[in-house]
Amino acid sequence: MGHGIAAADGPSVTVGPMRGIISWGAYLPYRRLDKSQISVFIGQGGGRGTRAVASFDEDTTSMGVEAARLALRGADVSGASAPEVVLFGTALPAYADKTNATAIHAALRLPAEVPAFDMGASVGSTAGALRLALSTVGNRLVVTSDMRTGLAGSADEANGGDAAAAFVIGEGDGVVAEYIGGASITEEFIDRWRSPGDIRSKVWDDKFSELTYVPAGRQAYKNALEAAGLSADQIDLVAVAAPTARIGSALASKVGAAKVVDDLTATIGCTGAAQPGLVLANALENAEPGQTIALVVLADGADVMILRTTPAIAKHTPARSIASQLESGAPLAYGRFLSWRGMINVEPPRRPEPARPSGTAAARTTDWKFGFVGSRDSQTGDVFLPPMRVSSDGQRTDQMEDAPMADVQGTIATFTVDRMAYSPSPPIIFAVVDFDGGGRLPIELTDTDLEEVAIGGRVEMTFRRLFTADGIHNYFWKGKLIRG
Amino acid sequence: MGCTNFVENWGASLDDMMIDAANEAYASAGVNKDDVDAYWFGTAQSAMSGIALARALQLQNKPVTRVENYCATGSEALRQASYALASGAYDLCMVVGAEKVKDTGFQGLNANPIPNDGTARTLTAAAMFSMIVPAYGNKYGVDEETMRAALSHIAVKNHYNGARNSRAQFRKEITVETVEKAPKMAGTLGLFDCAGVADGSAAAIVCRAEDAHKYTDKPIYVKALSFIAGNGGGLTDPNYDYTTFPEIAACAVDAYAQAGVTNAREQVAMAEVHDCFTPTELLLMEDLQFSARGTAWRDVLDGVFDLDGELPVNPDGGLKSFGHPTGASGLRMMFEAFLQLRGEVPEERKIHSLAEGRKLALTHNLGGYPGEMVSFISLLGAELD
Repeated sequence: MGHGIAAADGPSVTVGPMRGIISWGAYLPYRRLDKSQISVFIGQGGGRGTRAVASFDEDTTSMGVEAARLALRGADVSGASAPEVVLFGTALPAYADKTNATAIHAALRLPAEVPAFDMGASVGSTAGALRLALSTVGNRLVVTSDMRTGLAGSADEANGGDAAAAFVIGEGDGVVAEYIGGASITEEFIDRWRSPGDIRSKVWDDKFSELTYVPAGRQAYKNALEAAGLSADQIDLVAVAAPTARIGSALASKVGAAKVVDDLTATIGCTGAAQPGLVLANALENAEPGQTIALVVLADGADVMILRTTPAIAKHTPARSIASQLESGAPLAYGRFLSWRGMINVEPPRRPEPARPSGTAAARTTDWKFGFVGSRDSQTGDVFLPPMRVSSDGQRTDQMEDAPMADVQGTIATFTVDRMAYSPSPPIIFAVVDFDGGGRLPIELTDTDLEEVAIGGRVEMTFRRLFTADGIHNYFWKGKLIRG
Repeated sequence: MGCTNFVENWGASLDDMMIDAANEAYASAGVNKDDVDAYWFGTAQSAMSGIALARALQLQNKPVTRVENYCATGSEALRQASYALASGAYDLCMVVGAEKVKDTGFQGLNANPIPNDGTARTLTAAAMFSMIVPAYGNKYGVDEETMRAALSHIAVKNHYNGARNSRAQFRKEITVETVEKAPKMAGTLGLFDCAGVADGSAAAIVCRAEDAHKYTDKPIYVKALSFIAGNGGGLTDPNYDYTTFPEIAACAVDAYAQAGVTNAREQVAMAEVHDCFTPTELLLMEDLQFSARGTAWRDVLDGVFDLDGELPVNPDGGLKSFGHPTGASGLRMMFEAFLQLRGEVPEERKIHSLAEGRKLALTHNLGGYPGEMVSFISLLGAELD
């Protein structure tokens, strides 16, 4: 025990130093689709409420980076909590064959010695990543991310959502929620499925799924309580990630917990492989010290993880809370949603599409392209974006140091809108950004409407997928307005 | 010199246009193909190597150097040929600039992709130059309406001039209302704030000044050739404010020193400048020292640079009327200077400044974007001293 997943993790996992969650980050994309637009447009589907929509320049990897950046801000990542392994789970990996976690690793500028693994293209993979990380030793960065939609007018389109969540898991005084036990029930049955490359998943029968999941969930819950040495009435908060809100609430109503955590399905949607992390993050953001939280994941069986918050959680403020991100979302027209997801093709500007990025050129500039690291002249302090080897007066070579800029904010010096340049979602809003403490870069702004942009506006950087050419995803950074 | 019409030349190939421009230049100078010792061939991306010109003209064992330097390519080809003559290596050279833009099927000018890491910006030139407008207005306290009026004046002026030029692509006068009602392309720039896109070719026969009268009674003398390749500093330097092109300001200082010009506003008779977008021409009036900083908008509105003004700018219609076949544009500008200085333009396009005693024509090319550009300036005159 204590070195990997077992049928159940009991108190023995806590014999050593206290182990659990040190920090977390939840990332919600900026756009919200008002689901009432759907039936007006397409004649079916939709419903009430909203869902979160990843931008045209986001994918599960880029959203994973954003969630991980938020999680790492809350941890002593250069010291005791430095991640030793990265585990990435999503049901919609940007690449097959090639590892996706390595792009996250590069964007976070983790040491090469830190391994980065993908967990497999299923919802269950993220439950596995979390349980594996909680029940082993050493510091783990678990990143979970998903985008979920379906054909126009479908239930998955209306009820799905896009999001990411990440956790720094390890030992010591920084633990804000201690892992005290868990259990799993595995079931092989046809609930949801998608062949690689398909644009949507299919579902067998909701009722059949509910009748399979609820007993599996109750059994796993019972086993986890036993493993943790707790009774049902000792659980303060239960957070359920289920394929549908209905299945989730069916299970939650039967486990006897004091309080059910909002699963965010009415505002964000069912976020697939991101949902276990998202509901756990929501539980942590609403928990007080000394509370027990049961996370239940219903995906090809059931996984239950029980945590107890520590006094440290009172001092832990998330870098960007779920509540604040819920407040700052902006509406998106349904037609644009469809084009972003590739469900309808919109006439592009009559300009050449970008060529694929060079694999070798990108490999030489990984720190710049993925980590947004420029160079700083060690004598004059001039910042170069991208990094340069020669000083601006041309007199000195290789007297530069790294200038990591991903977390540096900036101010808009001037801006424009380009209605002719190629973009997957024209027009391009573009600004010349002056970074605090030096450095300037003319760069595209994303998650931004033109009328919001002004000289003097404040900007932060975000990791995005600029375009895909020849199957190569071109990841780099964009600016976005600082909100909230 | 020779110059084809600049048009969307669906029926003519690059070779066709180069043959026509070259033959016009041979005839203009009264020289035979075999008299020419060496060739400089400017094209940005319509062909590679000197072979493209040698094959088109069927040159017989002649050296041909292919030149590329962004939108200043044609000018740069002439600069290189001039230095080869000055060195004494050759006695008679030909410069041909040509571009076939309209075979791509795309809008605008699009650079051939060079393999890269995917992090470079992918904006259009229109968007990059549009950033000048708010920056200039803010710095000098020129309100949006006045800025708009100045930019529209530039567009109307250049189309007025182009309407009087049989070689121009667009030969219709336009009104301020047309400019201001046109669809927006980038920032506040509309369709008529942008230069057109055309195919074309232009050519020149060049020799040392002392040999010129062997070929013609009316040679045009090169008084200055200046070129600066910017180091891109403006893109990353927070002190750059998008209200000037430092490469061009420095290039102007160098060119005026070469030609002994001490007061450009009073000594230059005409200028062909790189009006890729209307705000570009506005800033050029200051960087070329025609207007004091922050006052070009007023000079523009006062008609200083109109065809009948004190210092006519783009009397042939400019890039606005001609479009911009990259490799040819620099030579097309020199062709207008050549015609004006020789008194060979039609009456309706004649400028008064030459008759009033000014003697120098200026041509100016830029390539790139605000913050990162190449700049070329020549000064030409009909008199040796």
